Amino acid sequence: MAAPLTLLLITPLVIYLFHFLVDYAEITFILADCLTAVALYLAVKEYNKQVFRKQKFALEADRYPMDCLELIRSPTEMYYIPLKVAMFYLLNPFTILSCVAKCTCGLNNAVIALFILSTLRGSDLLSAIFLALATYQSIYPLTLCVPALLFLLQRQYIPVNVRWSSFWLYTLQYLFMFLGSLVVLIGLSFFLLGSWDFLPAVYGFILSVPDLTPNIGLFWYFFAEMFDHFRLFFLCVFQINVFFYTLPLSIKLKEHPVFLIFMQIAVIAIFKSYPTSGTTFLRNIFLVSCVLLACSALFPVLWHLWIYAGSANSNFYYAITLLFSVAQILLVSDYFYAYLRREHHLTNGLYLKKKDGSEATLVLK
Amino acid sequence: MAAYRCECVGLLLFMLCTSFTVHIDADVHDYTTQVTDTESDVADAESVLVPDPPPAPLGTGGKQSPQEEVVVEAEVVEAEDGPWEATEVRGEVDDVGDDGDANDHRVVDGPSSTDDFKEELVIRPLSSGDIYASFQFRTVWDTDLTGDQKVSHYRLFPKSLGQVITKFSVRELHISFTQGYWRTMQWGQPYQPSPPGAELWVWFQDTVTDVDGTWKELTNVLSGIFCASLNFIDSTNTVQPSASFKPLGVGNVTDHRFLRYATLPREIVCTENLTPWKKLLPCGSKAGLSVLLKSEKLFHSTFHSQAVHVRPVCQDPQCRTTSLELRQTLNVVFDLHTSGQGKREWSLFKMFSRTLTEACPLASSSKVYIDMTDNPQGEQFELSPATPLLSQAVVLGDRRTYSVYDLTQQGTFGSTRSLNMLLRWKSAEGNMLRPLLHSERYVAGYGLQTGEIHTLMYNNHPYRAFPVLLLSTVPWYLRLYIHTLTVTSKGKDNKPSYIHYQPSKDRERPHLLEMLLQLPPNSVTEVTVEFERALLKWTEYTPDPNHGFYVGSSVISALVPSVVAMDTDSSPERPLFSSFFPCKEEASYFTRLYTEPLLVNLPTPDFSMPYNVICLTCTVVAVGYGSLYNLLTRTFQVEEPSPGLAKRIANVIRRMRGVAPL
Repeated sequence: MAAPLTLLLITPLVIYLFHFLVDYAEITFILADCLTAVALYLAVKEYNKQVFRKQKFALEADRYPMDCLELIRSPTEMYYIPLKVAMFYLLNPFTILSCVAKCTCGLNNAVIALFILSTLRGSDLLSAIFLALATYQSIYPLTLCVPALLFLLQRQYIPVNVRWSSFWLYTLQYLFMFLGSLVVLIGLSFFLLGSWDFLPAVYGFILSVPDLTPNIGLFWYFFAEMFDHFRLFFLCVFQINVFFYTLPLSIKLKEHPVFLIFMQIAVIAIFKSYPTSGTTFLRNIFLVSCVLLACSALFPVLWHLWIYAGSANSNFYYAITLLFSVAQILLVSDYFYAYLRREHHLTNGLYLKKKDGSEATLVLK
Repeated sequence: MAAYRCECVGLLLFMLCTSFTVHIDADVHDYTTQVTDTESDVADAESVLVPDPPPAPLGTGGKQSPQEEVVVEAEVVEAEDGPWEATEVRGEVDDVGDDGDANDHRVVDGPSSTDDFKEELVIRPLSSGDIYASFQFRTVWDTDLTGDQKVSHYRLFPKSLGQVITKFSVRELHISFTQGYWRTMQWGQPYQPSPPGAELWVWFQDTVTDVDGTWKELTNVLSGIFCASLNFIDSTNTVQPSASFKPLGVGNVTDHRFLRYATLPREIVCTENLTPWKKLLPCGSKAGLSVLLKSEKLFHSTFHSQAVHVRPVCQDPQCRTTSLELRQTLNVVFDLHTSGQGKREWSLFKMFSRTLTEACPLASSSKVYIDMTDNPQGEQFELSPATPLLSQAVVLGDRRTYSVYDLTQQGTFGSTRSLNMLLRWKSAEGNMLRPLLHSERYVAGYGLQTGEIHTLMYNNHPYRAFPVLLLSTVPWYLRLYIHTLTVTSKGKDNKPSYIHYQPSKDRERPHLLEMLLQLPPNSVTEVTVEFERALLKWTEYTPDPNHGFYVGSSVISALVPSVVAMDTDSSPERPLFSSFFPCKEEASYFTRLYTEPLLVNLPTPDFSMPYNVICLTCTVVAVGYGSLYNLLTRTFQVEEPSPGLAKRIANVIRRMRGVAPL
């Protein structure tokens, strides 16, 4: 079985690129993965630097309560984090699998990693260009526009305030750069192909989910089993669902745009229409990691039982995709919870007391 | 089962055509009764084999008006002395008292458009012991239906088809319905090849602007006319072959934008398709060879194929003007064991449970040919009653000898007034055929994810290579990996000299792969391509999804080297079965071969699950939404111990009493 390039979302520029690179496809994908790892390494390093700077300011201003010093990151424990992230990405079996399958999601990951790096470095032009590239490849990274903008604003010490003209000026400038590069990319594709047919072929394909080949996401079986007259409705609901979280998350996390980027990528990874195993570069906690591991082992087993042995049917595989999605959701919401709680402790102290002096428990209300 | 969902237009047209045909039938019936008495006299006028030139014997209507019969009845008197009175036929039939009506038919002469009808049956004993019967009914009408002036008078040509051709500006129309697969290895080449299921290909006039729209309407109308599921032809199974389907009639339009080709390999052919097909014949199933077409026998056979071919042909050898030709063909193979009870003994009655008693009175020629090539001295089988007429024709690259029974001669029917040929074999052994070109096709691989289509083409010619055009249409739900396409002959790469590949679009159009290949002598050429199976929406599956999905036959169009020189002139004297494909050169003959259709299994979802899947997936999405919503809208607070149940109830009561709560 000769595996072709499983080009998931083939945009005209990628086709043009592979026109030259088709003989070196393996090397291209390996290089893309290495590039991603290096970009992630540098990005995390940059982020650590910024975190320490912020921490230092906060400590000097005595903003943290005294009992939560143990929550503050120390340079020694953070030292290996960039390396760990890069190694985790490179040694992740999912990444290796998608690289072997020559999946274009490797290229998308590289673009997104470069986007994160350039955003953290504070270069708005490069950030906008890479974001436009990522959006051009698959429209979902559009939602990353907001956290990038928030981060850059923060970096320039411009408050997010609609009455400030500098806020508007900067926002418009960033959006102009982003949309400008997007228009350039689409225009370039138009000149390469000489027609606009690629627009419905690429973006219509992502949005209307015509291809129901089983993958690890929620869409394929749902829309294979959907009643025809409800199809459009659920299509809209599911696609809006991906973009929907941008606004509330941005409001909630407007002080922490980097975590917002992480949350957005996670939400996209779970709810996008054609997810691939290459999209999931997340860290783990025990229960969820067990579920994810079990699912990863069961995916090929049940796939084999359904497709080759014929002793199982599609429901078996579908059940595993459901479980996998639930595990991912749990993972993301746990992260979100932990992050919020840490922030809460950083402002209110770690050991909270009730009015009567006994030890208090925190609840969400 | 063929789903005959006749669309409104089609149904209306069908009803129209039915009423018209019934009218014709009734008329023909009267006509026949009047004419039969004259037959014996006419008989000796036709002692030669070739069909008669235009001043045809009575009843054949060599030159007759296209006016409707009602008009004819009204004009009896003044039509008495028409221009055709003085023919020699007139002299022979003058003792028939009541042939006034018959004469009138001829003498009411229209402007210049004449039509001519011929019928023919070829019987070929096959070496396997089976028997092959091929009917051909040809109507040639010297008119231009798609021209400027409106044609509203039809005589022999079926009005239902004529109207369709006019309305949709059809240049050529070829439609076939086939049940069973033609086994080239056992039976050799058929006279008119056709793939299992339904096949339709149409060349439109170059004046048609919206070809796809016209095609869609045409298939719906034809669906009504033939009571077949042709309305299932849509863009997902229609292709425009660039080289394989050239026009068979005259005309130099070869721009394949005006060609549409579609097959429905799943189509089941049965009585409901035969009845409308028979109604297109001038004599219906009342007289002539068509009395043999009884469905209870025809469908009790291994292979059954009926077809309609409409094309423009040359009116004269110089080809100054064209006529419209309608060929209706019906091919049937009766199996030695199921139909013949294992005895190598065939007769018309055994095959069709009918015998022949007369020719169709409207036919200018009505003949039965029996292939005697393998039996020159009668050593293989004996034929009774014997016929003195022998004919030779070059068919499919070989010179064949035929015994001919001319049904327009009364002597053919003998004293019993019925003709029932009997073929009795002397030995039970038949030698195996070795056709010059045959093919196989199958799906390889296991599992429901990928697979491989293999097409094998055998060139059995000992020293000559010849070119073939291979056309494969694969539905979109089998995603071809075209980079895995390999063509090998004798273990070496065989590079196609021409490849036309059109990739599929999901739910829009199929894959189309056309290749021009040179088959080396005495070799097997193998074409393989891998594919991936798609998962469809649950409503896109057929009612029996685990039966599999059909992939239509590949078409192999070949120029096979001929053993003897082919006739390149299309003289009208040639038997109909030898003049279907136009022949351009003497050294080779054109033939078309259809491979087996494929049956491919696709992965299926659980069809009982839609509610469950919708509920479960929505639940997961709701879990995601809910947990994020939870974290987004709430803030951390120190938990205050909630009061116990008793205390809460007490507080409610106290509030009702207006007392301060505890």
